[in-house]
Amino acid sequence: MREADDRDSGSWIPAAKTSSPAPTLTSVVPTRPVRVVITAAAFAATACSGNQAGLNPHGPIARSVATHGWALLAICTVVYVVVMVAFIIALGRRRQDADDSPETSARLTRNVSIATALTVITLIGIAASSVVAGRGMYSPSGAGAITVDVVGHQWWWDFQYHDITPSDVFTSPNELHIPVGVPVVIKAMSSDVIHSFWVPNLMGKRDLIPGMVTNTWIQADEPGVYRGQCAEFCGHQHAHMALNVVAEPMDKFQAWIRHQRQPALEPVTDQERHGRDVFMQSPCVTCHAIRGTDAGSHVGPELTHVASRLTLAAGTLPNARGHLAGWISNSQSIKPGNRMPPNSFAPTDFQALLAYVRSLR
Amino acid sequence: MNPRWPWGIALCALSLAIASCEREVRPFQDLAVSSARTQKPVLSPLFPGGQPLPEPNQSPFQKNAYGTSEGKRLFDQFNCSGCHAHGGGGMGPPLMDDKWVYGSEAANIFESIVEGRPNGMPAWRNKIPDAQVWQLVAYVQSMSGNEPIDVLPGRSDHMRSSTPENARRAQTPVQTHTP
Repeated sequence: MREADDRDSGSWIPAAKTSSPAPTLTSVVPTRPVRVVITAAAFAATACSGNQAGLNPHGPIARSVATHGWALLAICTVVYVVVMVAFIIALGRRRQDADDSPETSARLTRNVSIATALTVITLIGIAASSVVAGRGMYSPSGAGAITVDVVGHQWWWDFQYHDITPSDVFTSPNELHIPVGVPVVIKAMSSDVIHSFWVPNLMGKRDLIPGMVTNTWIQADEPGVYRGQCAEFCGHQHAHMALNVVAEPMDKFQAWIRHQRQPALEPVTDQERHGRDVFMQSPCVTCHAIRGTDAGSHVGPELTHVASRLTLAAGTLPNARGHLAGWISNSQSIKPGNRMPPNSFAPTDFQALLAYVRSLR
Repeated sequence: MNPRWPWGIALCALSLAIASCEREVRPFQDLAVSSARTQKPVLSPLFPGGQPLPEPNQSPFQKNAYGTSEGKRLFDQFNCSGCHAHGGGGMGPPLMDDKWVYGSEAANIFESIVEGRPNGMPAWRNKIPDAQVWQLVAYVQSMSGNEPIDVLPGRSDHMRSSTPENARRAQTPVQTHTP
């Protein structure tokens, strides 16, 4: 009732605190032009630094792409300034009498030839620089440490770590782990429509095309988590098709590989055991695999070590119990149109299922 | 001046206006409702105290192109093709012909999927949510052309030699006792 009263009076501030004089609205909220400037500055700032920013490179490909971008900007700025200065000078000049003398004609021919030659050389230079930056994306400068397959699905990523030993093959949905300072070769495929793999801090875009394999590579100079994003419109939830690249020192990376190769941890408590039974007897098992159990379908992401991941639903939600509960019960309210259907469970079954899935570290 | 050009403009405007009239609704939020529905298994046609009222058709995906194409995707992913072979039949009966052993209505197909049928069809109760079963029902009906032509899928995600669903001749369902 108390809350309803507060809401009706239009105030969210508890009654006890309203006695102190509140700051006037005009003193806090900036005027419209100031807000526009602040917003523009914030956009500019996010483009330059921070995560998922091409101008904040942390790897060789991203660096060459960023260098190329800055070079293009510099060249275009110089050209723009030169053209505008020439244009303004031309505007200011008076019309002169017709001058057909051979000297004037030769001077004009020379000037136009120099301008044409400069333009052609600049364009060829830009084209050559683009080709070099583009070709650098396809094959690594050194031998690739490991090869990872990435398969695009509507709307999630499947990273497949292959090995000669079949039991050592595992998948890591939406989370690519790489060792620091070593090139990692990426073979990109798609199961449905064209997607594009893009981690701006580490590499340029590479399309995932159904029916063929495209190659690219990735390398991180320092440890960290780099966000990536699908860069080719692929349907309803294209905007929520994100991924994380976790770059770690080689020893931590090897430890992660060893852990991921293990089958799922056995449930410990009674509730977790009940949760496993719920999983195996519910629609979960029709699409999701958990290695070490009877669940072996690969329609949806593998869940063997789902609790060890950073995010749920392809970078949409933080990996927490509450978010997991919301995702399982009605994911369509979070990511409308995604392929996970809503599920209804009895409360005790649902709590057990959550406990079990959260135990899959 | 050519006196026909106003008619050309009027025709373009009219077709634009018609094109903007209707856009199919994708019932994402109806999924929750149809999934929460609990089906009672029907094990005998005999009911004490007379027949119960038939369940209303709760499918949000009848005559819906989105639901039909989702059903087509699930038909492969859940390995229905393993027995029914893209509708031509194999270990299981064909689904693109006119013969129906257990009924051709949406509710009949729903029951066939959820409850299973003798000689091989497994019961998918509690393994496929109702919403996805309804999508499969819509696709199974589309295989023999028993959906509006604008709803039938016109392409496949993968290479396939059979005629697309929207280019097949529609079959009139016939009740039969041998598949």
